[in-house]
Amino acid sequence: MKSFWLRFGRNKGAVAGLAVLMLVTLVALVGPWLAPNDPWGMVQQPFLRPWTEPGFAMGTDTLGRDILSGVIYGARVSLLIGAVSTVAALLIGVTIGALAGYFGGWVDSGLMRFTEIFQAVPSFALAIVLVAIFQPSVDSIVAAIAIVSWPPVARLVRGEFLTLRQRDFVQAALLAGESTPRIILTQILPNAMSPIIVMASLMVATAILLESSLSFLGLGDPNQMSWGYMVGSARTVLRQAWWMALFPGLAIVLTVLALNLVGEGLNDGLNTRLNGRTR
Amino acid sequence: MLTRVLQGLAAILLIAAVNFVLVRAAPGDPVSVLAGEAGASDAQFVAQLRTQFELDRPITTQLANYLGRVARFDLGYSYRQQQPVLKLIVERLPATLLLTGSAFALSLLFGVTLGALSARRAGTWVDSGITVVALVFYATPLYWLALMAVLIFTVQLDWLPGFGFSTVGAGLRGWALAADIARHLVLPALTLALFYMAVYARMTRAAMLEVAQMDFVKTARAKGVRPGRILRAHVLRNALLPVITLAGIQAGGMIGGAVLTETVFAWPGIGRLMFDALLQRDYSLLLGTFLVTAAMAVLFNLLTDLVYTVVDPRIELAS
Repeated sequence: MKSFWLRFGRNKGAVAGLAVLMLVTLVALVGPWLAPNDPWGMVQQPFLRPWTEPGFAMGTDTLGRDILSGVIYGARVSLLIGAVSTVAALLIGVTIGALAGYFGGWVDSGLMRFTEIFQAVPSFALAIVLVAIFQPSVDSIVAAIAIVSWPPVARLVRGEFLTLRQRDFVQAALLAGESTPRIILTQILPNAMSPIIVMASLMVATAILLESSLSFLGLGDPNQMSWGYMVGSARTVLRQAWWMALFPGLAIVLTVLALNLVGEGLNDGLNTRLNGRTR
Repeated sequence: MLTRVLQGLAAILLIAAVNFVLVRAAPGDPVSVLAGEAGASDAQFVAQLRTQFELDRPITTQLANYLGRVARFDLGYSYRQQQPVLKLIVERLPATLLLTGSAFALSLLFGVTLGALSARRAGTWVDSGITVVALVFYATPLYWLALMAVLIFTVQLDWLPGFGFSTVGAGLRGWALAADIARHLVLPALTLALFYMAVYARMTRAAMLEVAQMDFVKTARAKGVRPGRILRAHVLRNALLPVITLAGIQAGGMIGGAVLTETVFAWPGIGRLMFDALLQRDYSLLLGTFLVTAAMAVLFNLLTDLVYTVVDPRIELAS
């Protein structure tokens, strides 16, 4: 554990990313107390430029809603959807990958063919169609993102299981008469965790980008203020109000960048074999 | 090769079947889904549509008939636009192909060049600079990058048009028209390309550093092959394989990403059509665009497999 933090700390970008990520998480947690206004409330004149009125550092939108408050509230939806949909995608991907890698044979070829076909479908287009047909809500968005992002997990886990299955400790567990689910869950899976964790951190970043893109197209949850929705509502008034698009977009870039950096740091920290790698 | 084509066809058929299931699984009456809100008004009209969509038949017959229609390129009828779905899509196809094609070429060209430069100067400030740029573009939402590009290059500087496919009502022809379209193409293609450029740059750098450690490169160096030639003929050529594989997968995603770019730039392609279908709740058009997008992605994957055999003759298209 100590060596993990040593290796993680050596990656300066990862440390900075972790700091930003913790800040965003904090904002997401205490947002309602932090935000000066209700993000849906019309609290000022419309199209107010940033810094012209005290307390409105990011200006207001077409309806006079406070953009700063919207950005603060948006952190919550972005992180929530990013995290939950990643967990869901991991559940699907790990299950399919583990079954394929452990049992091999026709189970493997069947499941992998299924995964390949899924991977051939453009994920963003599929997500659009799923959310549009089942009506936009946090649930449908999480489900859609999970459905389009599990195939890489399945492939990764399958690969890990294929090699780990041949190792001596698995053979020993087999001889000791352990049941198959027990071997999969307590023997092989813990040893495959490192690459799964790294992939998961990058998937949260991708999921946040996907959610914001859906919201930008008007497919966000209508009851939640989100960054993508805010940029989307700026699209038609870009010439009049640049600030409406700028600030929520910057929030997305910062959060996603932080997550990607943390992912790289995790990779350095968890992957002991890469210690002497040229980088 | 034949198995590859068959696999592709199977994928498209499966997507068509998913489309079919989606319409039935959607909340509400399939009639209102298929006809948009047009079906909500009149009971007799709904009944007529029900027979027309064969919703009174057994579900297996419905599925078989639907797949049969897709195989004959009949993608249904858009009640909103009063036109067959396929006709609407075919009209928009050239614009999307132009946009994604140029974006694909740009992203590979810039991505591989930057990645190679970065790997060659690994550890220097050139490398760090390229890495940072790639990281930032990799984290930037496509649509936001597009909006910022419009703000800077259209609104502020007024260098390039940020809206549409060509100048409306200019009556241009021949080369003048081509130049006009090219000017309109610059911003959409660049913003679509930058995200993927970042992906390819990172991939190329990593792959080249890995290949550079291999024995055959050491052998070449020991033989006294010039460094530039080692880089191009030995390292880059082998490092390109994973990049091409990734590019083939990403190309499909690029067509999906075009929805965002085309929405921002009002580019008259399939993506914009998909957005319009979303706004108007025109589900048969939406599902039609989805099917065509997926089919294009499958086609792109097949093409990359072909390119693969050219770059690396060791690989055969057997499996």
